[in-house]
Amino acid sequence: MGETKYTKDHEYIRLEGDVVVVGISDYAQSQLGDVVFVELPKAGKKLAKGDEAAVVESVKAASEVYAPVSGEVWEVNAALEAQPGTINEDPEGTGWFIKLKLSDASELASLMSEADYKTYLASIH
Amino acid sequence: MRYLPLTHDDRAGMLAKIGVDHIDALFADIPADKLLKSLPKLPAHKGEIEVERVMGRMAARNVSASSAPFFVGAGAYKHHVPSTVDHLIQRSEFLTSYTPYQPEIAQGTLQYLFEFQTQVAALTGMDVANASMYDGSTGCGEAVLMAHRITKRNKAVLSGGLHPHYAGVVQTLSEMAQADVVALAPDLLAGEDLLSHIDETVSCVVVQTPDFFGNIRNLRAIADQCHTHGALLIAVFTEVMSLGLLTPPGEMGADIVVGEGQSIGNSLNFGGPYVGLFATKSAYVRQMPGRLCGETVDAEGTRGYVLTLSTREQHIRRDKATSNICTNSGLCSLAFTIHMSLLGQTGLKRVAEINHANAVALADLLDGVSGVSVLNTNFFNEFAVRLPSNAAHLVEQMAARGVMAGVPVSRLLNDGGLDDVLLVASTEVNTDEDRAAFVEALKEVL
Amino acid sequence: MLNRQGRPTTPGTSVTAAHLTFTGNKALAQIEPLIFETGRLDVTGVDYAAPKPFKSRLGGLERKSEIGLPGLSEPEAMRHYVRLSQKNYGIDTGLFPLGSCTMKHNPRLNEKIARMAGFGDVHPLQPVSTVQGALEVMHTLSHWLMELTGMDAVALSPKAGAHGELCGMMAIKAAIAAKGESATRNVVLVPDSAHGTNPATAALIHFAVKAVPVRDDGTVDPKVVAELAGPDTAAIMLTNPNTCGLFERDVVAIADAIHAAGGYFYADGANFNAIVGKTRPGDLGVDAMHINLHKTFSTPHGGGGPGAGPVVLSERLAPFAPVPFVRHTDEGFELVEDTDQAAQHGAHAFGRMTAFHGQMGMYVRALAYMLSHGADGLRQASEDAVLNANYIREGLADLMSLPFGNRPCMHEVLFDDAWLKDTGITTLDFAKAMIDEGYHPMTVYFPLVVHGAMLIEPTESESRASLDLFIATLRDLAFSVQRGETERFTGAPYHAPVKRMDETRAARSPVLKYTPPEPILDAAE
Repeated sequence: MGETKYTKDHEYIRLEGDVVVVGISDYAQSQLGDVVFVELPKAGKKLAKGDEAAVVESVKAASEVYAPVSGEVWEVNAALEAQPGTINEDPEGTGWFIKLKLSDASELASLMSEADYKTYLASIH
Repeated sequence: MRYLPLTHDDRAGMLAKIGVDHIDALFADIPADKLLKSLPKLPAHKGEIEVERVMGRMAARNVSASSAPFFVGAGAYKHHVPSTVDHLIQRSEFLTSYTPYQPEIAQGTLQYLFEFQTQVAALTGMDVANASMYDGSTGCGEAVLMAHRITKRNKAVLSGGLHPHYAGVVQTLSEMAQADVVALAPDLLAGEDLLSHIDETVSCVVVQTPDFFGNIRNLRAIADQCHTHGALLIAVFTEVMSLGLLTPPGEMGADIVVGEGQSIGNSLNFGGPYVGLFATKSAYVRQMPGRLCGETVDAEGTRGYVLTLSTREQHIRRDKATSNICTNSGLCSLAFTIHMSLLGQTGLKRVAEINHANAVALADLLDGVSGVSVLNTNFFNEFAVRLPSNAAHLVEQMAARGVMAGVPVSRLLNDGGLDDVLLVASTEVNTDEDRAAFVEALKEVL
Repeated sequence: MLNRQGRPTTPGTSVTAAHLTFTGNKALAQIEPLIFETGRLDVTGVDYAAPKPFKSRLGGLERKSEIGLPGLSEPEAMRHYVRLSQKNYGIDTGLFPLGSCTMKHNPRLNEKIARMAGFGDVHPLQPVSTVQGALEVMHTLSHWLMELTGMDAVALSPKAGAHGELCGMMAIKAAIAAKGESATRNVVLVPDSAHGTNPATAALIHFAVKAVPVRDDGTVDPKVVAELAGPDTAAIMLTNPNTCGLFERDVVAIADAIHAAGGYFYADGANFNAIVGKTRPGDLGVDAMHINLHKTFSTPHGGGGPGAGPVVLSERLAPFAPVPFVRHTDEGFELVEDTDQAAQHGAHAFGRMTAFHGQMGMYVRALAYMLSHGADGLRQASEDAVLNANYIREGLADLMSLPFGNRPCMHEVLFDDAWLKDTGITTLDFAKAMIDEGYHPMTVYFPLVVHGAMLIEPTESESRASLDLFIATLRDLAFSVQRGETERFTGAPYHAPVKRMDETRAARSPVLKYTPPEPILDAAE
């Protein structure tokens, strides 16, 4: 399993070959509370870095999930639609949102490492 | 002042406790030159006796619907509302409560909203209904915007049978929201060709039945054409009582059904407050505007109700909300629910039959008056009549003779070339004597 | 003869442990099923004679399916809805300090007047000659609203506050279009402290929303507004007094900055009740402001509506007001109902907000309220509302935390949750514990600019004794927090008709209407 990287909007990506797995961080799910609904893109959709990739909703909040890097939607985690609670239970594992086929590997450099993300979280508290 | 519990001494004591010597110290953030030095130029306070006298004098200058043979409709209808309804909605706990944001102490409101949603879904033949809109016309505007969100298109086609005020609301909202509207010409005889306007650029088609002129429309072919082209059918009604007797829009393929619920539970009120009914298919529920009440359980597993799916709404979503709506029409929806619970399907069907029977009886009488012709082949409780003279003028003459004859079409469509057309409504409150008075006065003024 | 039988007149030995009841009811607290579970399809509580035989003219579109809605007899309906009402908290039940919502006393005189046949039983499309009194109400109400706000015109028809916002912003959009600036002037500035309806309204009619950060004292800095404003600025939407309960002391400079940039000043009038008779929005540079008749002028909230949101307009926006509007002529009152007619009177009405003429039932109630109070009473009501809020602030400032310091507030006082930090008790827990004490909670988690907000608006309807008890209760709760009595809060409410509700379940698998249970099939068949 590849390295996990993070954005300031609390998305994560994990490299799996030339495909990246995208989801929201454990911190993000804890801030949202119980997730009740997700809206996922269709496979094949092309996303630029920063585009709205998905929507995630709890009872009290709704939040957009932005594409951390550019790429084509390769696979979506359709199981989330019936079991949105998975995002709370295992956000960085079975609670992933989409897999993207990376179009520009150089964009990875702009993301935070796990250690940097932890420092970042500490700084916003 | 009878509404203010604080006495002069209370105020002085409270100011002392706060640590200021004058009330204006608490208004210190208002720029000194903007603080009013004297009272507004308006009358001083009045006791109940005087207020009732002043307001009563204004009320007396209006002719009430119950005081005359009354046939005025066009989107608001004079019906009998059981006495129980008005008594119950004035219960303090209903009248003086707020939006049920604290469900533990608002189960009364939440449960009736759940009952209301169930009733509206059943009447319209749809999967889900919201907890009400301001009224039918604003609901219609919201339905069009909702269709745009679902189809990701931007063009609405409005039938020429749509109530002109509803069309006006949609047009104003669309113009401001930079959406397109194709409004068809007034369609007196329900003969318009809607199908040819539906293509891949159309988001939704808005059709009213019974329409503004009283014609009952079959929506099936329009629904099919919409769905072939990826558009939605929005069915509108302004007389909810018609649903007691007519095939509901949901069974004819409508995607969104929206209409005015005033006829059940609510009095005329010179146009408001009324209650907008709004229903759709399950698949579209997250694009719906307005409040929704849902069933759940409490911490001990007891059944109860909460407002739900509120992430659609403005207080969470802000500029990405499905609508800017905050209020619903709570107390009017309660009146609707109570009246509907009293009626049940049996009572609703019966009162709808009486409406239709009375309208048919009146149409037959009017058709017998020389120079007058009923234009509709079918109708529920309202129809259009062609007169040998100007309808607006005739209505004034009839009013002078104590009969409220109806609504001249020209009042709402002043450039439609329909100056000689009158809309006439008849409900369960009309009697044989009312109809006779109508015909007699009509013969006199013609 | 002396009768030694009969009922005991002392309570006897009290039983401390409550036992479960057979019915599940607890005396006056009754469990009430849905009407669909108790009604019958063939029952109706309204008697109508069958019509005489007639020839139907429904064009072959008769309903063929059952509606599926049961009916109730009149006594059953009465009992059902009375029992439901008993599960609700209203202003008449007790202090209802819901900040920003203004839960003040609803005089019943206004209900009586609204039900006069000449108001309640009048059709919006009757000949104008038969509704002169109704138009007089609209005209008189407009006069009062203009006088109290110092503005030039009123659009009465908006149905609620958010609808009024929409109306005001549409008037601004129309005015911008009339100047030929539609393409360039399309940004609306909205402070972070604003009601959610503000950005939602601006976005609905395709304005871009630009957030204005609030400075440390909870108000908007005119310098920041001046920096953000420019040739693309359509308007600012500013609530004043703002949602932190503070009067925007630099409101005039903010108005000047917006006007200098060529934009308009929209004021959210939700909190107008704090300043009636004290200052006039028209004197502060406001171009448009909606007034929630259900807040400032006491029309009942009714469990969430109906409201009414008339909009007052400045001279430069007045010509764009929507139809309909009332004109007073030598012959009496007339109603201008479409844009062509409006044009004949030199107006450029932007269109129509709603069918008919708006919330007449609310106009009547609001006018009756205004006449009752008079100019003197309205000003006194504002002063009392502000006095009451400050009295609560003073009573709680040593125990709860004030995000912007202990300074005078307007009609509502805002606390945050800093004082609850590390107690394991949240703002929501605290609110729920208030329910057990017989109070409706304050507004919580709004405004968004402070953490764990608690916004308390007592209104002028509370006596000093009522405020004293409220303060004492909140102090007792606060001491309880300090003593670490967490369970008093986290499990609350204990004494409400239901316990805390599972909102997650409601949202994950929504049940939005009653569905009859599937009939149980006989397995033997």
